[in-house]
Amino acid sequence: MRVCQQELKFYICHPKDSNSYKITMKGLRIFVLAKQVPDTRNVGKDAMKADGTVNRAALPAIFNPEDLNALELGLRVKDEIPGTTVTILTMGPGRAAEIVREGLYRGADGGVLLTDRAFAGSDTLATSYALSQAIKEMGNFDLIIAGRQAIDGDTAQVGPQVAEKLGLNQITYVEAILGIDKSHITVRRRLDNGVETVKAPVPLLLTVNSTAPDCRSRNAKLLMKYKHARTVTERQDAAEDYLYLYDSRPFLNIQEMTVNEIKSEADQLGLSGSPTKVKRIENVILQAKDAKRLTAADEGINDLMRELIESHVIG
Amino acid sequence: MNNIFVYCEVEEGVVADVSLELLTKGRNLANELKCQLEAVVIGDSLKDIEKQVIPYGADMLYIIDDPRMSPYTTAPHAAVLIKLFREEKPQIALMGATPIGRDLGPRVSSALHSGLTADCTSLEIGDHEDKKAGKIYKNLLYQIRPAFGGNIIAWIINPDCRPQMATVREGVMRKEILNSNYLGKVIRLDVSKYVSDTDFAVQVIERHLEKRKINIKGASVVVSGGYGVGSKENFKLLYELADVLGAEVGASRAAVDAGYTDHERQIGQTGITVRPKLYIACGISGQVQHRAGMEESAQIISINTDPEAPINSLADYVITGDLAEIIPKMIRYYKQNTK
Repeated sequence: MRVCQQELKFYICHPKDSNSYKITMKGLRIFVLAKQVPDTRNVGKDAMKADGTVNRAALPAIFNPEDLNALELGLRVKDEIPGTTVTILTMGPGRAAEIVREGLYRGADGGVLLTDRAFAGSDTLATSYALSQAIKEMGNFDLIIAGRQAIDGDTAQVGPQVAEKLGLNQITYVEAILGIDKSHITVRRRLDNGVETVKAPVPLLLTVNSTAPDCRSRNAKLLMKYKHARTVTERQDAAEDYLYLYDSRPFLNIQEMTVNEIKSEADQLGLSGSPTKVKRIENVILQAKDAKRLTAADEGINDLMRELIESHVIG
Repeated sequence: MNNIFVYCEVEEGVVADVSLELLTKGRNLANELKCQLEAVVIGDSLKDIEKQVIPYGADMLYIIDDPRMSPYTTAPHAAVLIKLFREEKPQIALMGATPIGRDLGPRVSSALHSGLTADCTSLEIGDHEDKKAGKIYKNLLYQIRPAFGGNIIAWIINPDCRPQMATVREGVMRKEILNSNYLGKVIRLDVSKYVSDTDFAVQVIERHLEKRKINIKGASVVVSGGYGVGSKENFKLLYELADVLGAEVGASRAAVDAGYTDHERQIGQTGITVRPKLYIACGISGQVQHRAGMEESAQIISINTDPEAPINSLADYVITGDLAEIIPKMIRYYKQNTK
């Protein structure tokens, strides 16, 4: 397979015809693992309580940023190889259906919300167990793509653990897909100290960095098409007016999977299935120091530099 | 049995600093728990690698030396650790929170159904009482780390599953040679007993390593810029100040993402951790993730137009004003006062 080093766009190269970029491959089935997370990136003054701790309820819920990068890579494969489908899988409470919708607005073909009280309290191991069992019910796939890590847990563990449970090879820190043929995928990894070009057979799991291309924005047509997409549970609270839509437009059904739809051992789920336990949490409280305050005035800066030099901090 | 294991990363025959730091920590934990410290190195051309590892206090070093083991890919390294851990049954296993550690750690912990805590900033030994189950656990590893974007600190434990696994970032622990004549046993393992051909399905075709051209970690003075610097042009002021002070230049993630400077200068939870004598923060608001990388600086100056910037609460000196005005004055008065 010829490997192309083109930045940010990838080519599918047919092994027999290296001049042709037309492909006779059938489409790939891609699952994108995504998570709804509180936006912890910019905890502004509004989200801070008087005692200096974070008011989590005040943080908006968003599509985890690196999962959006993952979705974009999946959508690019879909752009290049006709017949490719991209399905979002997310595990979370009922309101996580919102990110399935978000994925649909950007170009995904469908989505699954894995939701059940039984999953509450899951650490990364129990989460990856539940996700793997759900994937086993979702049928065959060629590629699973996940963001490298979520901004609330920051562990980067679920991707590799899902891969291990499914017996899949994994490639982490992926920044670009460079080539695909009938049996292999070639990717570029961005590491702390450089880049690698790595090739592996499918099926495969990839985790994607934020250095990968940003996700395309919502498509207006898709937004119109999917804005009433709902899970069964959401429909129970929905206004009567729209209920007729779900029979005539099956694509508006967001599949909901509970413990009943997957095969699982109860002791591998939720808190019982979590080897790690949180013993204690402390809020990080900003305590103001007794700082010397200055302005840009010359005298103050001069004194500062003198003080630092005299105490041998500099100079 | 029941010892502390440290997985040591190796690149071009040199054991990574983070692994040496973990060996030192592992040695301290082993002393406290009255058990042994064991290390494992997997790679290629590892002659004399024990000379780099044993002096940190490793009682046992397992080596797998095979050309197929370098560069790192997941399956062969995971296969070695999984089998080795099943044989040796460590109580604690540590590795660096590097691209390798974050790829390998979860893979191994999933196979062994053990708990893994990533990016620990501290490791301690302590007890735990499970009131519900009426059980008391002694001498557990407390895995302490920030979470929720750095807004909380969590104490995590693995009461029942073994090994208790943790990854730690470079620079969080300090490395210290215990004894250059330390007597540790070296065991060269037979690679064929640990890996199979199917473990080599993933191939690294090409690698471009960029050697770190700068040493920010070792600098005693760091001049650091944030999003508030405003542009790549303005960042030049920081380089000028750093030049005059003999300092290194760092940056917050926001400044790097905005293209003001390179990623290798990024300081913070997802970048480098520094502990300089003086940290001069210019136009940095001081998000928790950035503070995690510099809050142990001996002295901190914050230059910001916002008098309420979060970083000001950490600073010894808060200069409220425009850095374009302040930095040139700092340069001028420094030169004047050092004539």
